[in-house]
Amino acid sequence: MLIEMQHVFKTYKNGVVALSDITLSIDKGEFVYLIGPSGAGKSTWIKLLYREELPSKGKMLVNGFDFSRFKSRHTHRLRRTIGVVFQDYRLIERLTVEENIAFAMEVVEAPARDIRRRVNELLYLVGLKAHAKRFPRELSGGEQQRVAIARALANKPELLIADEPTGNLDYENSLQIIKLLEEINLQGTTVVMATHDRDIVNRFRRRVLELSEGRLLRDEAKGVYDRQ
Amino acid sequence: MKLRTLRRHLRDAFRSFLRNGWMSFASVATVAITLFLVGVFILAALNIDHLARQTESQVEISIYLKMDTSQDEIRKIEADLNNLPHVHSVRFVPREEGLAWLKETYADEADLFVGLDEDNPLPDAFFIKTDEPARTAELAQTIQSWPQVETVRYAQEEVAKLLEITTVIRQIMLVVVIGLALTATFLISNTIKLTIVSRREEVEVMRLVGASKWYIRMPYFIEGALIGLLGAGIPLLLLVYLYQQYVENTEILSMSVLSMQSVTVPLIVALFGIGLLIGIWGSLSSIRKFLRT
Ligand SMILES: Nc1ncnc2c1ncn2[C@@H]1O[C@H](COP(=O)(O)OP(=O)(O)OP(=O)(O)O)[C@@H](O)[C@H]1O
Ligand SMILES: [Mg+2]
Repeated sequence: MLIEMQHVFKTYKNGVVALSDITLSIDKGEFVYLIGPSGAGKSTWIKLLYREELPSKGKMLVNGFDFSRFKSRHTHRLRRTIGVVFQDYRLIERLTVEENIAFAMEVVEAPARDIRRRVNELLYLVGLKAHAKRFPRELSGGEQQRVAIARALANKPELLIADEPTGNLDYENSLQIIKLLEEINLQGTTVVMATHDRDIVNRFRRRVLELSEGRLLRDEAKGVYDRQ
Repeated sequence: MKLRTLRRHLRDAFRSFLRNGWMSFASVATVAITLFLVGVFILAALNIDHLARQTESQVEISIYLKMDTSQDEIRKIEADLNNLPHVHSVRFVPREEGLAWLKETYADEADLFVGLDEDNPLPDAFFIKTDEPARTAELAQTIQSWPQVETVRYAQEEVAKLLEITTVIRQIMLVVVIGLALTATFLISNTIKLTIVSRREEVEVMRLVGASKWYIRMPYFIEGALIGLLGAGIPLLLLVYLYQQYVENTEILSMSVLSMQSVTVPLIVALFGIGLLIGIWGSLSSIRKFLRT
């Protein structure tokens, strides 16, 4: 079991209950959509996984890390097992495509030789070998997102989480991103993706988790966006 | 930490230092002014201390005995003096010797001493030196109370004044230096804040991909330390040069000042030590406030 939650609550400091009584588990190798209206708690749920936010109550297990006896000075170890992608890419503007990818490995002090090989591998995976020396501002949104995905995968995480990765993209580019995520999933990485994209969810049918006002409304294998 | 990591942090720190331009300059300048004053005070304090020690070794307590003191009593007083705490040396000058010394010193006025050989008005005397000038008054008082002692004299004021000057200088130094050091720390912390803000996106990515807390913090510590060390190096060179000039000039006047060699080490240790401390303190306060790790 890669992710396990039992009766997890998240209440923000201002009193907003963003998640309430979430119980679920996700297996290694799954591909999961996380859907729900704006404010349902999708981003909050994702932030709990990599400990950007801490659960207020309940039991959680992520990639073998038990949150009930988690030492905050080990947060970086957990994060090395998780790749995160956002709607707004978050690339470093002053670095080229390949430098952006390498950056993720350099800051965890990976050996230089490994970095070179891995960056090359990832450039092929996301189809940006030709753009390796370009800067983020010289790329389309879809290309930037592919760089962000490559960076998220740099340290070979077991789990890739994406918070509305296609939110800023047109349909064509969104398709490309989904196909890339599927390929990554096929290679064994667990993928969790929060999305508002009805077409994508309905076309590539996968397990669907639906949140509404912080509660888990639906957990359906090969689900569609709207409940029948 | 790997060598490659260290190189990377150093490079990042130097880049930020240059990019922060005027703020870096202002920080270094403040540290430099602070440490220049610290250095001046250290040199002054060391020299005054040295002077006090010299004066102290010259400052004697003179003990004049009553005229009717017997040889046995003199021997007993000598033993008692040697047993007192903080007594460095004891010298006995019999009355005959005292008179001989006077005659020799004032040989031109020999007629003053006519007839004194038969009727010597001088008492027997002890001259003692202490190993701690602050104890002089206390010692003198103790000795004054002994039965065969007529009078006790010592250069009370000289010693007291030197001690007072040293204390006052230390206090002024403490206040001024603490004030300046706080200003320097504040400026450094603001400089580092600029760096932290300008690299917010990078730090965000570092956190996300699992860089450790210390890895993220290191470049800011190095930048702070760099400012501190630069701010120490400049006044150090200046002070060494100025002190060299001072020593050369006072040599001509044959004044007693400490040599270059004996002040360099304390100066280097103090300036680089305090500079490093201020730099790291400044970055730490900024890191605590503005850097998420
Ligand atoms: N840092 C925060 N402090 C306080 N409240 C927050 C914080 N972040 C989110 N919330 C609140 O928690 C609730 C859930 O927010 P969340 O961002 O998880 O929703 P979401 O499902 O991701 O929405 P969207 O689809 O718009 O991205 C919302 O009511 C939001 O206002
Ligand atoms: Mg969201």
